Amino acid sequence: MTALRALLKRELSLAWGGGGGPLLACGFFLALTAIVPLAAGGDPRVLQPVAGGIAWVALALASLLSLERLFERDFEDGALDLLALGPLPLEAVFAVKALAQWLAIGLPLALAAPVAAIALGADPGQAPLILGSALLGSLGFAFTGALGAALALGSKRGGLLIAVVVLPLLIPPVIFGAGALEQALTGLSPWPALALLGAYALFAAALSPVAGAAAVRNAQG
Amino acid sequence: MVFGLANPDRFMRFTRPLMPVVWALAVVLLLAGTWLSFTAPEDYQQLDTVRIMFVHVPAAWLGLFAYVALGVSSFFALVFRHPLADAAARAAALPGAVFTALALATGSLWGKPMWGAWWVWDARLTSVVVLFLFYVAYMALRAAIDDEQKAARAAAVLGLVGLVNLPIVKFSVDWWNTLHQPASLLRAEGPSMTAAHLAPLLVMGLAYTVLFTALWLTDIRTEVRRRRVLSLRARAVQEA
Repeated sequence: MTALRALLKRELSLAWGGGGGPLLACGFFLALTAIVPLAAGGDPRVLQPVAGGIAWVALALASLLSLERLFERDFEDGALDLLALGPLPLEAVFAVKALAQWLAIGLPLALAAPVAAIALGADPGQAPLILGSALLGSLGFAFTGALGAALALGSKRGGLLIAVVVLPLLIPPVIFGAGALEQALTGLSPWPALALLGAYALFAAALSPVAGAAAVRNAQG
Repeated sequence: MVFGLANPDRFMRFTRPLMPVVWALAVVLLLAGTWLSFTAPEDYQQLDTVRIMFVHVPAAWLGLFAYVALGVSSFFALVFRHPLADAAARAAALPGAVFTALALATGSLWGKPMWGAWWVWDARLTSVVVLFLFYVAYMALRAAIDDEQKAARAAAVLGLVGLVNLPIVKFSVDWWNTLHQPASLLRAEGPSMTAAHLAPLLVMGLAYTVLFTALWLTDIRTEVRRRRVLSLRARAVQEA
């Protein structure tokens, strides 16, 4: 338990320290949001129907940021070897790292998501729903993304490779998350979509540590 | 039987006489299928464009089938650590990606005259695009890691993750499609098939399957030989 807490603390301070990772992710997120009206035109009639969807795309892309840092740095300086020798199984190390990624990057992004969606013209009454779905979705993003980062260990083109590997896996949560918003807009209950989103997040949180630990072990050889 | 063939030597001896047969069968079936495709009567709604279907549908089948082959081979490579299973996973990726791309390209060519658009965001089309992305991710990961064994195992994990994820993606995309109003053009699809059109389709489907088998086996055999050359070269260096 102490080891888990110590590792979580280390990961969080690594994410926060040195240039404020979460702020950087939020900055990227808002820059993406700002570029959409510039490309598609500022007409509210154009932006309003897609506001929630664009917020979800930006959320998925911003979640890819800093995935490279998650394992690669520790892999290069040998910290990952020490962690593998430590008391925690690699599965737990993976899960803690992914959880820290969610706490440090996913949570701030989820908080920024309603702001971005409302700025694009979404109904402010939708804010709680956007926040809730973004919280669940970013949990799934963090675990799926960490798996991609573990798989790309030892390759020479980290960032772009992680994006190509991870983005297809993020399609279901984006569909369910944006679907929840759309269903609420059309007067339907958003709960089925939220339940599916939660199912995906739990599924990712349960299975990706196993696959991720296998990938890390393989990279350590 | 299958596990006996996991021995590379036995596999090479077993498949050696098969190769000319499989290739000849693939060529004959492809020629027959092409002949049937061009002699089939025009569809009363789709006219000549129905012939595109004889390429498109089997390509889509094989695109999916090759991914299943890739995923199952990845599973065996991970669990039993067998190099032949890894070669099988690797060999399925490129033909699968090409079949999937062929299905997308021919579908687009068919869509323009029939639906009036090169591309429609229909559930099926979208899932096939995602399938293609899975192939791209698999090949990109495999190519990006220098150490061959590490690349193989990382790719196997991804292949397995993809196999688990593909049904989820398929389900989510179907769910998404029922959420959006489906394009009304899609309902203008032709009636269920007549025998005159079913025959070329089935022959082509069989031809593609045999063609994939031939490509797959040839690639696995090439990989076994390549490894043999590598180890012989390494031994020669050691002895020198």
